[in-house]
Amino acid sequence: MAGNNPTSTEYIQHHLQNMTFGLHPEHGWSLAHSAAEAREMGFWAIHVDTMGWSIGLGVLFLYLFRLVAKRASTGVPTGLQNFVEMMVEFVDGSVRETFHGKSKLVAPLALTIFCWIFLMNLMDLVPVDFLPMLAQKVGAWFGADPAHVYFKVVPTTDVNATFGMSLSVFALIIFYSIRTKGLSGFLAELTLHPFNTPNKFAQILLIPVNLLLELVTLLAKPVSLALRLFGNLYAGELIFILIAMIGLWQLPLHFPWAVFHILIITLQAFIFMMLTIVYLSMATEEQH
Amino acid sequence: MNLNLTLIGQAIAFAVFVWFCMKYVWPPVMQALQERQKKIADGLDAASRATRDLEVAQEKAEETLKESKEQAQQILEQANKRANQIVEEARDNARAEGERIIASARSEIDQEINRAKEELRAQVALLAVAGAERILESSIDESKHRELVDKLAAEL
Repeated sequence: MAGNNPTSTEYIQHHLQNMTFGLHPEHGWSLAHSAAEAREMGFWAIHVDTMGWSIGLGVLFLYLFRLVAKRASTGVPTGLQNFVEMMVEFVDGSVRETFHGKSKLVAPLALTIFCWIFLMNLMDLVPVDFLPMLAQKVGAWFGADPAHVYFKVVPTTDVNATFGMSLSVFALIIFYSIRTKGLSGFLAELTLHPFNTPNKFAQILLIPVNLLLELVTLLAKPVSLALRLFGNLYAGELIFILIAMIGLWQLPLHFPWAVFHILIITLQAFIFMMLTIVYLSMATEEQH
Repeated sequence: MNLNLTLIGQAIAFAVFVWFCMKYVWPPVMQALQERQKKIADGLDAASRATRDLEVAQEKAEETLKESKEQAQQILEQANKRANQIVEEARDNARAEGERIIASARSEIDQEINRAKEELRAQVALLAVAGAERILESSIDESKHRELVDKLAAEL
């Protein structure tokens, strides 16, 4: 535990605070020493732990898959190649089932989403105190106050990470919509649905209503994508932290929750991938 | 829970990962998978083709076997016929030869008989003349009655 016997609230808050590097109004570019300082930094701050873990895991994923891709043979596959081919076939199958357009991007996109999110979620299974404690030791070695070294291991419990992905997907949705239907088609889809009438005058009156409804539908996609993943993992992480606080009794409790969490980890990665495919498939279909 | 620069950083990282995956991971793996699929399909194809070929070859072999059996039968028959013919011919030849030998023997015998008859005749004539001489003593002139005796001998 951090510092000199912190209270439960302090302990939880400490665990939920990212290591933030940013432009503080008073201290300039520096690591935030508290949650309040991190808040004061506003937009010009970056979560070092989130970025580090996510990029590290992404590189790990790509390294493993690239290793196989480079020496992919048509002979009998073994070991890692078996696993990678299984993943690729699984994703390819899901994309083929759902996405009917022709795109070289969607399948690799889905694969990246699934594997990356899965790996990031997987960090949730590392005991909650293990890596933050290590970070505090390293921080102390560099001369920082251990109580002010924040370290959050699971990137998907950071809303920035999930929104980063879902907004990228959102940009792709809009790009594909405009490419398939044209700008006018895309705008027509936003304004002429779901209420439609042959009467021109009534139609003009209905445009604001349609626009409102369709905009909500459109914007709900990235928001729900990001918040679903974030919410599930954040809650899971919080329960791990709560379990970690109850002393010795955490052992029988931690294990079943971790087992159950394996399901959530995989499921959330799969849901994010499937919904991305579905949204992009809807964007490329001509008729609504 | 505050949104900040991390959002943009994550989006950039995400885009780079997706680009890398699309460029360097997905195509080779997919290609390997498709090539293997093709290879397996080709293998199955070849197997079924081989089975068909085998059937055809077996049929052909059976046909050839039947033909050669028939030919062998024919050759055997011909050989038998020819053998019979040869035996027949040999028998005919032997018979003709035998007859010829018999005929020649017979003619030789006839000749011997005739020669013996001639000799006998001459001797009979002599004997008769001698007998008659003895009977008639010198009453008969040999030169005178020679013709008569010869005539007599010829009648024998």
